[in-house]
Amino acid sequence: MVRRNLRRSVAAAAALALITAACGDGDADAPEVDSTEETDDTGDDTAEEEEEDAATEEGDGDEQAGGIPGCSVDELALFEPGQLTVGTGDPVFPPWMLNDDPASGEGFENGLVYELAAELGFEDDDVVWVGQSFEEAIAPGTKPYDFSIQQISVTEEREEIVDFSMVYYQPDKALLALPDSPVVGATSLEELVDANWGATLGTTDLDYIESIIGASDVAVFDDQATTFQALLGGNIDATVISFPTALFATAVQIPEAEIVASLPADPNDSGHGLLFEDGNPLVDCVDQGLEAVIERGVVEELVDEYLIGDADVVEITG
Amino acid sequence: MSSERAASAEPARRAGPRPPVKATLTPRERYLPLTISVVSTVVVFGFAWRVITSAENWPLIQRQFFNVEAMRASLPQVFSGFLVNMTVWVLALVVIAVLGIVIAVFRSLTGPWAAPLRVFAVVYIDLLRGTPSILLVLLFGLGVPALQIPGLTSSRLFWGSVALVLGYTAYTSEVYRSGIEAVPDGQRAAAKALGLTQWQTLRYSILPQAVRNVIPALLNLAVALQKDVALLSVIGAREAVREAQIFTARTFNFSSYIVATVLFLLATIPMARLTDWVTRRDQERRLQRTL
Repeated sequence: MVRRNLRRSVAAAAALALITAACGDGDADAPEVDSTEETDDTGDDTAEEEEEDAATEEGDGDEQAGGIPGCSVDELALFEPGQLTVGTGDPVFPPWMLNDDPASGEGFENGLVYELAAELGFEDDDVVWVGQSFEEAIAPGTKPYDFSIQQISVTEEREEIVDFSMVYYQPDKALLALPDSPVVGATSLEELVDANWGATLGTTDLDYIESIIGASDVAVFDDQATTFQALLGGNIDATVISFPTALFATAVQIPEAEIVASLPADPNDSGHGLLFEDGNPLVDCVDQGLEAVIERGVVEELVDEYLIGDADVVEITG
Repeated sequence: MSSERAASAEPARRAGPRPPVKATLTPRERYLPLTISVVSTVVVFGFAWRVITSAENWPLIQRQFFNVEAMRASLPQVFSGFLVNMTVWVLALVVIAVLGIVIAVFRSLTGPWAAPLRVFAVVYIDLLRGTPSILLVLLFGLGVPALQIPGLTSSRLFWGSVALVLGYTAYTSEVYRSGIEAVPDGQRAAAKALGLTQWQTLRYSILPQAVRNVIPALLNLAVALQKDVALLSVIGAREAVREAQIFTARTFNFSSYIVATVLFLLATIPMARLTDWVTRRDQERRLQRTL
């Protein structure tokens, strides 16, 4: 059993991002606004070029710092020309997005989207949000947005049906239970097997409970609220949710419950990615933008701001 | 019947209506309607099929809804869930059939001493029939176990099934009651004339006729209940629809829904045919009796 400070544990991803950012410093040496100016001299001196577009209009500057070649707003195959239409859950939940208001930019995911949009050359006003259910997000057919962001985990099976961006965040998993639950005090996964488990439909938490913890007969509820209700009512002994969600839930939604432990990572779950319609040509450009945003340390900052809290928890490693 | 045959044997000597001439159809009259039926059906469905499959997104739909590989992969999971549906359904049917009669009898009782039972039946039916099944399932399935009353099981599946039983009992008792009220008053009078008590009248005269009258309606409710067992998914029960949803959520492939649909149809279509058959047989019996 290892006790550790949560701030350190969640900061693991951030540290990784820091290193990447440090390595990237050689070629991405400045914030994006500056970099567009630098690229002016690599292209022809077209007089009326806009600052934002200058970097990309030539499409030949592979070594350009910051700006993304071939990915100017005019060139992108957008759902609505000139706008970045982004799908997300309806409603949206903290800490991923605060106050059920994606357009505020307050929250981890919408904060990231606005940074990404700026990287791709969009104004904040050009970002349009579309609310939808998880089922709608994964249904076949034309999607009414360019991409969707709602903590969707990237898995191989899902990639056969839709396209994903690169992974932008991999949250730890938290074991959530009431203080009198039989799982409290467990130090290994084996001790968790016989508990009465519940999870939320559409999450990778269920897969986690079944494949990593190895529990069977897991109750599966429609949404997180029902899962929490079942936990409070004693219908289930414990559930697994992502660490940031657990922090928020125990602080606001179900203060009666506690984070019993942090759990080892699931090798089958690569982390959260942006979801695109299968074959959407935007993926490449968005990936490049996302890479640049991550290199700048934006994800790390957002993690610091929204996704971590102070909590001493037991770490179960295997 | 016998007199009719005799009439047709000796038409000349007996007075009365002439026997019907056996109709002879020309090939055109015989085969044309059938041909039209077949051709028009093929054309209509063929056209619909063409419209659907020529849709731009048809390959997508096919891949995500009718993926044979995904269907095969999800079948064991969905089928194990379907066994839960079937178990709950059969057990619930038995309990509902009995409870429904009890409530219906309560409501049909006469006399001042039966007033509490009548009031109970009316209130019960009003409350339970007026509440959406999904709310009953949520309230019982999540609420009762949360009470943690000693001695009572905290199984969600059990209490969810109880919710379905209570809701469907309300419908069923009203169906029984309509059957009871449809028995002519003369039957009661006749039973009374024979010296039967109120209970005996009910048991030997009214209920047998009432139940026979409403069997098709009861089978109809049985089919509805079979599908409503899927509501138990909202309280976390791993029945067929929930298993299909889990598969879909994991793989983004909806073919598991088709598997669940087919399983439900395999169970309900025979029920529908049984309902038709029972109705028809009943009709034939009545017609023979009145002839």
